[in-house]
Amino acid sequence: MAKKLSRGVAVVGVGMSKFGVFPELTSRDLFVEAFQELRQSVQKGFDPKDIEAFYMGNFTSDHFENQAHLAPIVASWVGLSPVASTRIEDACASSGVALRQGALAIASGAVDVVLVGGLEKMTDLPGAKVTDALALAADSLFEIPAGFTFPGFYAAMATAYIDQYKADPDALLRVGIKNHENGGLNDKAQFNQTIPQVMAGKRKKAEQKGLPIPEWEDEMAFMKDLKANPMIAWPLRLFDCSPVSDGAAAVLLVSEELASKYTDSPIFVVGSGQASDGALAERESLSSVPAAEKASQHAYAMAGIGPEDIDFAEVHDCFTIAEIMASEDLGFFPRGEGWKAAMEGQTARTGSHPINTSGGLKSKGHPVGASGVGQVVEVWKQMHGIAGERQLPGTLKYGLTHNVGGTGQTCVVHIFEKRN
Amino acid sequence: MTENSLNSKEFQQAIAQDLLIGSRCLTCGNISIPQRQICPRCHSDKAERIQTSGRGSLAAFTVIYVPPTSMAEAGYNAKNPYCVGIVNLEEGARISAQIVGLDLSDPSAIKIGLPLKQTFVVRGEGDSAKKFLAFEPA
Repeated sequence: MAKKLSRGVAVVGVGMSKFGVFPELTSRDLFVEAFQELRQSVQKGFDPKDIEAFYMGNFTSDHFENQAHLAPIVASWVGLSPVASTRIEDACASSGVALRQGALAIASGAVDVVLVGGLEKMTDLPGAKVTDALALAADSLFEIPAGFTFPGFYAAMATAYIDQYKADPDALLRVGIKNHENGGLNDKAQFNQTIPQVMAGKRKKAEQKGLPIPEWEDEMAFMKDLKANPMIAWPLRLFDCSPVSDGAAAVLLVSEELASKYTDSPIFVVGSGQASDGALAERESLSSVPAAEKASQHAYAMAGIGPEDIDFAEVHDCFTIAEIMASEDLGFFPRGEGWKAAMEGQTARTGSHPINTSGGLKSKGHPVGASGVGQVVEVWKQMHGIAGERQLPGTLKYGLTHNVGGTGQTCVVHIFEKRN
Repeated sequence: MTENSLNSKEFQQAIAQDLLIGSRCLTCGNISIPQRQICPRCHSDKAERIQTSGRGSLAAFTVIYVPPTSMAEAGYNAKNPYCVGIVNLEEGARISAQIVGLDLSDPSAIKIGLPLKQTFVVRGEGDSAKKFLAFEPA
């Protein structure tokens, strides 16, 4: 029996900072940027005094900024004190889970207006220390001693997937090319460049330095060039990995009854599902993410719809293989068919199942604690027809977000509905 | 703490003695590696410690060119990468470990299903030297 929210929850505004590398800003500055944009986006305006609770996703400001207990500080920085403010930590799924907690708080009847945010400031640390900080999301007793890194975990899943389904590894590169095509149309993206633009940039740089100008026959030749696209964790290369990023995102949730006070065009949270899992080696399947499948089943059941009803999705492509597995875990394609769909362009903006029109984590950037709410920003933009050049055609009724912590120890899926 | 309490630290203590241990649920027979006090299948809290055969096969793997600090300190880098994998153990559970004794010049030649046997590697020197579980081709 599918469980429903006790009362409806609506999103009435969204905002995000630009994602990228911002040495001059801290996470709270980035959140201020997101909050300001959120205020502008609420059609009929809102008084910050209406906010009754703040749920904030953040993975590890403790390590990235030497700052724990961040939620009340950020709340103060946007003028919310003494509102109840809570930091949620579920690795890279932190803000997807914060969104769920915000929705559940409203559904419970305890509060009517909730601010949900996510933020991460990763780039102050040197690269190796970032790798170490991210590794805290894995099992420090039984996975890290083996020598695993996060690219390594997903690379291992890629070998299991490729072996099980006899998949063409080029499908991974196709995901990267597609997400850069979309991110090239997103001015908030860290890599606001298509792969051909990246190639042109590299040629220009070589020319300026008086070095031999590299030539590639096409995008795939570039992606297969180990100098341009070095191996990180075989078979994953640099352009299979999301970047290290700074950024913040925010959404305003209100009870369904109150939505019309804020906007004539809310989007409704009609499905929410979350699931957990143990370490990667403990799972029956290494070529899928079981908790993502479970979370999506809960979300679909709550919404009373199925994968065939979803018009578009923002999925957690921390690595290219993750997007392919997600496209199967979420039921868009049968097991073992996700790589073919990626090769055939079915997940492109013009395809049957558009995925990551924002550019995804790969191109838009992955400030880990902000990524889950950042996905909702794209759903909002697409559903309101304000996604600019990357706008999907036609009426969009259902959009889905899929946010993963670690290798899938936490997965959270939300389904949004636009009713008019 | 009693001897063989199945607490989570015992695994590394066993590794230091060249042993790969796990547990068998006395209620449903499920094997857990590493050992568990509560069976993840039937929730029974009655389990016994087992010693594995140390034999298995490669379930998934990667070759890491950008190591974390701990592995960089052990001498690994882009020119000297290392293999890490997930091993299907004969007992039916899986474990993560470094895979040694493979030619890493062409990772595509490494095949899933490769028979493996346990070994142990020491990383670090002097006081910081520590023994870790690893596997090598059987």
